[in-house]
Amino acid sequence: MVLQSFKNCLWLSCVLRTPKACFWSTAGGGLIIQSVSNDVYQNLAVEDWIHDHMDLEKQQILFLWRNSPAVVIGRHQNPWQECNLRLLRQKNIKLARRRSGGGTVYHDLGNINLTFFTTRKKYERMGNLKLIVKALKALRPQLDVHVTDRYDILLDRQYKISGTAAKLGRTSAYHHCTLLCNADKSVLSSVLKSPYKGLKSNATPSVPALVKNLFEEDACLTSEMLLDAIAKEYAVQHQIDHHITLINPADETLLPGISNKTKELQTWEWLYGKTPNFSVSASLNMAYKDSVLDIKVNMDVKHGRIEVCNIDLPEQWLPPELYSELVKGLTGSKFCPNETTTLVTTLLRTCPQDDELHHRWSLLCENMMRLM
Amino acid sequence: VCIHRVRSCSSIRFIKSKYVCVFDKSALKFSHQQRLFRTSPVSCGQIVQFKLSDIGEGITEVTVKEWYIKEGDSVSQFDSICEVQSDKASVTITSRYDGIIRKLHYSIDDIAFVGKPLVDIEIDASKGVAPEEDVVETPPMSHEEHTHQEIKGHKTLATPAVRRLAMENNIKLSEIVGTGKDNRILKEDILNYLAKQTGAILPPSPKAEIVPPVRKTEAAPAAPKDKARRIPVPVSRPIAFSGKDKTEPVTGFQKAMVKTMSAALKIPHFGYSDEIDLTELVQLREELKPLAEIRGVKLSFMPFFIKAASLGLLQYPILNASLDENCQNVTYKASHNIGVAMDTEQGLIVPNVKNVQVCSVFDIAVELNRLQSLGSAGQLGTSDLTGGTFTLSNIGTIGGTYAKPVILPPEVAIGALGKIQVLPRFNGKGEVFKAQIMNVSWSADHRIIDGATMARFSNLWKSYLENPASMLLDLK
Repeated sequence: MVLQSFKNCLWLSCVLRTPKACFWSTAGGGLIIQSVSNDVYQNLAVEDWIHDHMDLEKQQILFLWRNSPAVVIGRHQNPWQECNLRLLRQKNIKLARRRSGGGTVYHDLGNINLTFFTTRKKYERMGNLKLIVKALKALRPQLDVHVTDRYDILLDRQYKISGTAAKLGRTSAYHHCTLLCNADKSVLSSVLKSPYKGLKSNATPSVPALVKNLFEEDACLTSEMLLDAIAKEYAVQHQIDHHITLINPADETLLPGISNKTKELQTWEWLYGKTPNFSVSASLNMAYKDSVLDIKVNMDVKHGRIEVCNIDLPEQWLPPELYSELVKGLTGSKFCPNETTTLVTTLLRTCPQDDELHHRWSLLCENMMRLM
Repeated sequence: VCIHRVRSCSSIRFIKSKYVCVFDKSALKFSHQQRLFRTSPVSCGQIVQFKLSDIGEGITEVTVKEWYIKEGDSVSQFDSICEVQSDKASVTITSRYDGIIRKLHYSIDDIAFVGKPLVDIEIDASKGVAPEEDVVETPPMSHEEHTHQEIKGHKTLATPAVRRLAMENNIKLSEIVGTGKDNRILKEDILNYLAKQTGAILPPSPKAEIVPPVRKTEAAPAAPKDKARRIPVPVSRPIAFSGKDKTEPVTGFQKAMVKTMSAALKIPHFGYSDEIDLTELVQLREELKPLAEIRGVKLSFMPFFIKAASLGLLQYPILNASLDENCQNVTYKASHNIGVAMDTEQGLIVPNVKNVQVCSVFDIAVELNRLQSLGSAGQLGTSDLTGGTFTLSNIGTIGGTYAKPVILPPEVAIGALGKIQVLPRFNGKGEVFKAQIMNVSWSADHRIIDGATMARFSNLWKSYLENPASMLLDLK
């Protein structure tokens, strides 16, 4: 495997007036690039950039990337439905929403990502997946891997080792998929289990599957070996040199506009605001004094914000003006525990200073936040 | 006359205007395609049904997931119309036309069918076009012809109006750097390019790379096009400000702040400011910083300010009190829960350090570190944010010397700390020396606190900080 130094290309790009043209144009109908970054937002931004700016007519691209721990949801999914957001926050695992469809995946350095860029006309997922299977079999002929008609790759006929998603634009398209080499399965299963009950929505649901790492089949396999084998097969099929060009997603001169794309992927509006409308219908079990109160809560959430909020409290448990302040404050507010915390604690400043009242208020708000 | 022939034969271009006028009417007779446009005004905009194009892989139906436009919106060619999903693939559907959306055929989550209408677009006739403009025959466009050309491996995107402008001015689109979306060439790019030219006219190339059939649409308003024709080389373009006001609802935390600040306004504030010489404290902190670091804690000035305030409150407990709604009772709070104003992404948040009266300076530093890291991660809890009795706002970290802080109900006092500046001062011997000076601005509720109390509290606080050793005498 020859890793072409990024510096060589950078020198060339300084000499020529159009750095973009130089870096991207190679002899032959294909280009293999690998990201030097493990930041999920930067890598997703590279996908966006290539999709928006590159002409793929003469040259298709294979993009190889890996991320530090992150949960990536599909374009039209609901993060509350798909993963344990509380756990993500605690463990400092990032949440990302990609622009392609499909379901939720857990990324870490043991999970490799492959993106096949083609023109819209040449978009064809089966071919790409068969390429991967061919590469895997060339590396380890005894591996029992095959492609299903749901565009998954199964190991031993039962374990999912790869999931697929795609994005089609006006003239370009990309198909990306994961490949489980040596991911942390215990973290994977704990973060992908949603604790939030009572959610009703038309968001794309994920289909849970039994997973297995390729590493478990053969302990000598590493992510690097797999990346290389796939790159080799791609090079053969596209009749190009087996070169992998490194790319730095933070390079604004090479990828003008990439930092804006990276920032956009991290905004609240994109991550949560793009969630299809959903409703929450839950029961809060609040331990108060010697009893347990069962409080029904109903909320409609649109664009990630609470549009309608109804809390069924026992009569006079909270003074009516206070209750209506709470509901008024929550309406239009983000469906987010932090936003709710600052909202309710600030509202408390203008409440009558009564310890009992404060205690009830805090109890109710703590429980409400557990829904988010 | 088929447009393809016109394109490949450059000589015909020069006599095009003469010919086309002749062919114009006759071609119209034979034409049966609805997408034929002419420059003569048409009675009303034509409604075109934009059908969902083939997705590939034999897919026949998709789910509509998001609309980017609504009925009545105007769209340009290549603008995104909607997002549809099919079997793990998300597809962005873009408009083929310039015009106004008249009808959406599907709602969110409906199943849409390939080949069936997706939206109806009204394509306006262009208005106010001069009659001498040459009329180009336009048979219906196939999608591929219209989209882009490849020059040096890069697409050259431009709307028909822009292409026309380029053609009229004999500009090769490949010479222009597009500044629009997808490197699209905009009208401004052509005009800027013209401004840079000294007036030399580039001869049209025989390959005729810039003459796809031009469709008359309302893409660009007619007026600037006329201008461009009459003034081939604009020297300078007036800067048109196209900014629009943006109105957003006040929601969530902001709404609560509105309520809090409105309540604060009802408190009669009085202000009191003073200057503190922190020269000795700066030195002390330098000595203690490494010790704190060994224990894994970042030591700023705040723990000292907070502890000194608490010592002061022991002497002047009225500043750590709360007045009830009807101003009938004053409650002297036992705990000194001193709030620290924190600037976060959401805005001004005030978590508080609990029971400072029984905390050491180091304890306070530890707690501040914890609150700061939770604050920046957006994970402060309700108990961190409630129960405050007195607040300090270190606005000096951002800048400023004097401030007029607003009291946060239900508290009765607040202090704003300016930045530490190195200033010349006189010492006891009458010599000038370098002093580290910080200004403090207090605000207090004049209904229960008088100026003298505030002044004495401030003097005590100041003396602890100017002479840190004196804190040792009163530390509990």
